[in-house]
Amino acid sequence: MVKLKVNGIDRAFDGDPNMPLLWYVRDVLGLTGTKFGCGMALCGACTVHKNGKAIRSCITPMSAAAGSEIRTIEDLGANGLHPVQKAWMEINVPQCGYCQSGQIMQAVSFLGTTPHPSDQQIDDAMAGNICRCGTYQRIRRAIKLAAGKIA
Amino acid sequence: MSQIQNVSRRRFLKGVFGTGALILAVRYVPPVLAQGQPDDSRTDADRSILHPDAFVGIQQNGTVYIVAHRSEMGTVIRTSLPLVLADELDADWKRVKIDQAIGDKRYGDQNTDGSHSIRSFFDTMRVCGAAARSMLIQAAAAQWNVSSSECSTELHTVVHKASGRRLGYGDLAAAAAHLSVPKKEQLQLKKPSDWRYIAKGMASVDLEELCTGKAMYGMDARMDNMVYASIEHPPVFGGKIKSLDDQEALKVAGVHQTVSIDPFKPPAAFQPLGGVAVIADNTWAAFQGRKKLKITWDNGPNESYGSAEYKKELRETAHKPGKLIRSVGDSDKPFPTTNVYEADYYVPLLAHAPMEPLVALAEFKDGRVTAWAPTQNPQAVQAIVSSELGIPIADVICHVTLLGGGFGRKSKPDYVAEAAVLSKKLGRPVKVVWTREDDIKFDYYNAVAAMYLKAAVDEKGRPTAWLQRSVFPPITSIFDVKAVYGDSPHLAQGWTDLPYDLPTIRIENGPAQAHVRIGWLRSVANIYHAFAVQCFTDELAHRANRDPVEYLLDLLGPSRTLDFTHVQYPNYGADYKTYPWETGRLRKVIEMVADKSSWATKKSVKGHGFGFAAHRSFLTYVATVVEVEVSDDGEIRISRVDTALDAGLVVNPEVTRAQFEGAAVFGTSIVRTGEITAKSGVIEQSNFNDYPVARINEAPIQTNVYITESSAPSAGVGEPGVPPFVAAFCNAIFAATGKRVRDLPLSSNSDFG
Repeated sequence: MVKLKVNGIDRAFDGDPNMPLLWYVRDVLGLTGTKFGCGMALCGACTVHKNGKAIRSCITPMSAAAGSEIRTIEDLGANGLHPVQKAWMEINVPQCGYCQSGQIMQAVSFLGTTPHPSDQQIDDAMAGNICRCGTYQRIRRAIKLAAGKIA
Repeated sequence: MSQIQNVSRRRFLKGVFGTGALILAVRYVPPVLAQGQPDDSRTDADRSILHPDAFVGIQQNGTVYIVAHRSEMGTVIRTSLPLVLADELDADWKRVKIDQAIGDKRYGDQNTDGSHSIRSFFDTMRVCGAAARSMLIQAAAAQWNVSSSECSTELHTVVHKASGRRLGYGDLAAAAAHLSVPKKEQLQLKKPSDWRYIAKGMASVDLEELCTGKAMYGMDARMDNMVYASIEHPPVFGGKIKSLDDQEALKVAGVHQTVSIDPFKPPAAFQPLGGVAVIADNTWAAFQGRKKLKITWDNGPNESYGSAEYKKELRETAHKPGKLIRSVGDSDKPFPTTNVYEADYYVPLLAHAPMEPLVALAEFKDGRVTAWAPTQNPQAVQAIVSSELGIPIADVICHVTLLGGGFGRKSKPDYVAEAAVLSKKLGRPVKVVWTREDDIKFDYYNAVAAMYLKAAVDEKGRPTAWLQRSVFPPITSIFDVKAVYGDSPHLAQGWTDLPYDLPTIRIENGPAQAHVRIGWLRSVANIYHAFAVQCFTDELAHRANRDPVEYLLDLLGPSRTLDFTHVQYPNYGADYKTYPWETGRLRKVIEMVADKSSWATKKSVKGHGFGFAAHRSFLTYVATVVEVEVSDDGEIRISRVDTALDAGLVVNPEVTRAQFEGAAVFGTSIVRTGEITAKSGVIEQSNFNDYPVARINEAPIQTNVYITESSAPSAGVGEPGVPPFVAAFCNAIFAATGKRVRDLPLSSNSDFG
């Protein structure tokens, strides 16, 4: 039995402890904001927070999530949009939008540790998150905009 | 609470509610029905009290429903086309709700590809909006007992200026519903100067949902009682199962059973590839079960396909006389033998790799199929499901979710057919989920292509004779196994229509047999055609020691309309009188980008280069300048891109800029690492590790987009940015390194990789 907290709610899971967290939040909890893109931590579409830090849920087995606090995109704006989400909207970042939950979760975690990022730091922090539509220059702008507002 | 009008829809909604994701379902909750029997092919617009046509409905509370019949994959078309209707209706955008259409031929074409949504439906949207507005005016005039001509509209309101009386659209909807719908000829459309939204644009109606995880993609669709399926496809195109042992797979917790899917009957078209589906409680269990399958395959004739040998074959064919496509001057006479330059270019197979892998949910029940799919073409879903299951087209309801990228892959509904076939066999809803590996290995690839170009030049380096020959397995091969020559619509993509003003031109195409499924990908044949023509032109300019921009303008010659009278030139399906090929428009965007990028002041040096290219595709004229920095160890940074375009009237400029920014990134992937290869018929790539696409640190740092202000008929914006970027990027690399990029991608080119 794996016990964990997801978006502030206590949960218990008695299925295969090797099942990745991604499929638990999507198929079992129905929290579909977190996306499946590659299954190998290559694209970042599945990014969620574990104890406040961005992780790739597609390669995180349930056993490794035991006892942790997981936060998904659904919770990020639950009490009003997060400044990163607001910046994303202001800059019109998304095209298809499929990768953006992961991009936003990655950016929130990154700004938590690097409140005044340089371009190079942004590129380093976001290089694990693929956007096939190619919204990268807007992502960079939105992160800077959000940084200004959070700081 | 709204009534819910049919069983399949209710069950779908219940499934969504059951997960606690209430908001996701809101888009699909219908309002109170006006009357009559439930019918899941009706939209909220249809159910509105005033619904003059399939595209718009107005409720008595003033809510305006506008139907989006094109698919949303990031181009914001779900916003931009309804915006045109709202403008003509003089509707308040805040009171407009977008109703996503199911597949239904009453809407006309729904295949969201070819960059033609605005072009094909701009007039339709205007007429529908104007018709509704006219009816509201008539209704108000009757109520006030004045002439319609004395009435006008302001935002969502009919006004009688003389008396100062006003009535909102909601108050008039019921009365207007009794009037007959005016004919197109009777309508007075707005003057462009009166447009509220057109050419100003609007952010995506989905923007907040896209940023909060609430947007619903195909991957997120659920129904009660559904099972998940993951399918092991034949590793070689056209392969069949020889033997199957599923004992170990069935032992995986959560796996219910396996189901074999018949191989397709050639031609493949959009049929399922065949294989073995593992059915399970959740996606993960289905994936795990698949890994335990033991299958032996009869690979069939494509087992001999290898990309290295095939490349050689294409190149040899490109060096032999081919089928004549277009001739200018006396191109039958022997090619000059002095001052002749020639070059070979090559672009491999390319995969689409949209961020959302292919996925579809379908339920077969009581002889009907209800599908939820991220599809670019719901009518093609209807057609293939109808033929696979032997049921009438009208009994296939295809709901269109948001698409997590499409790029042409999701125009081919093989994956939706799989879900429908499985649901019929299992008697319950089935969600088919492709892995990324499935997506990369079983794509409809953009064709691998070899191009051979040859020019004889005069003392100024200007060509006196020009020969170009392309060879690629055609897209038509998926519909006709014998097809080996390029079809005219795809030859017309930047090959037939070489716009140069030269005394002798000969354009040819050679045969190539397909061994995988070939399909259209963003920009399609323009990718390899523009790459070859625009890089070869740059080579000639440098050999002549001339400025590439000045040189291209010279080759384009005077502003004129190209004459294709005796040539097959489908022109992207558009009427040539409305959308002629005008070299003057290409000249203008070239001059514009040269000006905006300060081209004249830029000088390439070792390690820092500027490249240029221009191309017309999807009826849009584009010129692009790319600036690169190349380090001593060969690392390439794209510091800046400038791109100027003339797409006629642009409805949504901000969105258009985003499309061209994205096109530069898409092109970056093609140039740097885009390559699919086969060995013994099996695709060698599998995921983003061996089919990398551009990441934030590899993409252009800044792309500046300049839009020509124009009132000419609207042309495409989703695709035209890619082809000139690819060529300009390669030309910039030459400018910085002195090395020509003739074989893509860089990662497998021995000069760069």
